[in-house]
Amino acid sequence: MSSPLGLYQPGNSPLHRAPAGGKLLGLLVFATVVMLFDEPVPLAVAAGAVLAGFVTARIRPARVLRMTGTLLVVLGAIFALQSWLLDPKSASVVCLRLLTAISAANLFTLTTRIDDLVSAVERGLAPTRRLGLRPETLGLLVGLTVQAVGVLASIAAQTREAQRARDASRSVSAFAVPFLIRTLRHADELGEALAARGVGDAREEHSEPRRD
Amino acid sequence: MIEFDGVGHSYGEHTVLDRIDLRLEEKRVAFVGANGSGKSTLARTINGLVRPTRGRVLVDGLDAVRDGKRVRSRVGFVFTNPDSQIVMPTAGEDVAFSLRGKGLSKQERQRRAEAALAEHGLEGYAQHPAQQLSGGQKQLLALCAMLVLEPDVLVCDEPTTLLDLRNKRLFVERLQRLEQQVVLVTHDLELLENFDRVVVLDQGRVVADDEPSAALHHYRELVT
Repeated sequence: MSSPLGLYQPGNSPLHRAPAGGKLLGLLVFATVVMLFDEPVPLAVAAGAVLAGFVTARIRPARVLRMTGTLLVVLGAIFALQSWLLDPKSASVVCLRLLTAISAANLFTLTTRIDDLVSAVERGLAPTRRLGLRPETLGLLVGLTVQAVGVLASIAAQTREAQRARDASRSVSAFAVPFLIRTLRHADELGEALAARGVGDAREEHSEPRRD
Repeated sequence: MIEFDGVGHSYGEHTVLDRIDLRLEEKRVAFVGANGSGKSTLARTINGLVRPTRGRVLVDGLDAVRDGKRVRSRVGFVFTNPDSQIVMPTAGEDVAFSLRGKGLSKQERQRRAEAALAEHGLEGYAQHPAQQLSGGQKQLLALCAMLVLEPDVLVCDEPTTLLDLRNKRLFVERLQRLEQQVVLVTHDLELLENFDRVVVLDQGRVVADDEPSAALHHYRELVT
């Protein structure tokens, strides 16, 4: 199963070369604007702009379809429900908003290294150090969150396979319980691995002057 | 040198380690024992991942709890499941991640990461998605992510459990070539023939501590 967010695809396009901080800020502004539009036409234009971004970044259409396959199914269901509850125009606005914003986020993760994203967040949040916060930790949090989407998707896929192998495809608990246990175990092991790599230690050392 | 000085550890009523006294000076040391014997817990006390409830662990004279930060900078740790150790999407980024907070430039981090990958059989994989590597390659990546920090001691907790025979042998061959002192926790007795010392644990106690053939003879008697 593919992750709902795309893994970085190496490349040399203008989008790949653009600084991660600028791209992140651009994504936040773009997503906010998309949420403010309430007419299908400007939303369709915004979706077209994202599509142009995929072409510029030379992302293969097959990969885009693989990533958005599940999303399109969900959007189809949302469209049907919204059309029934409200009207087709409102339904298309909701679906176009989601499609555009999520596709833009995908384009961002496909063209931005997590390492660069973490560095950009650290730099951008550097002033929060005065408030007692640790930008290094916040940067790491953002990086791990993006990574976690892929990891959780993989755990979900493996759990579903096991569920099918036990002929329990319709049982919610046969999915939810092992998924939860495996996720918690992963979190535990990841915490140990980060501690072993001296993550908290290194950041303390980096942010506080040594006295000895 | 690693010293265990009366180390004990309990989870509530359950004693996992019971007054362990050891001095490990050899380059290649293995902890073996059945499931629940305490060998992984003992290994985790070396870099402070587990704090002993009694006694202390010293690494080159530094207390693994009180001087945890300095000890962890000297002791690398490779876990059983490489998937849980990968925190970045590509192999190069994952190794470079270990160097964050060391005050190095991004270029220098990348250069060192690529050098570490090349040195341990992953040359050309810097841009490769880490989760798409084979099991053996993932474990080598976990090894690189530790070795790039240039530790003096490397602790490996059953690192070959999820690997096939070929990858097991490749991984242990890599371990054998390292300059560092290696502490290996394992069930794979056949991997220990070139080790200097084997410590056998049972129910939280050291029941044999010898060169491999003598210690393993004792272990086989214990489990049969």
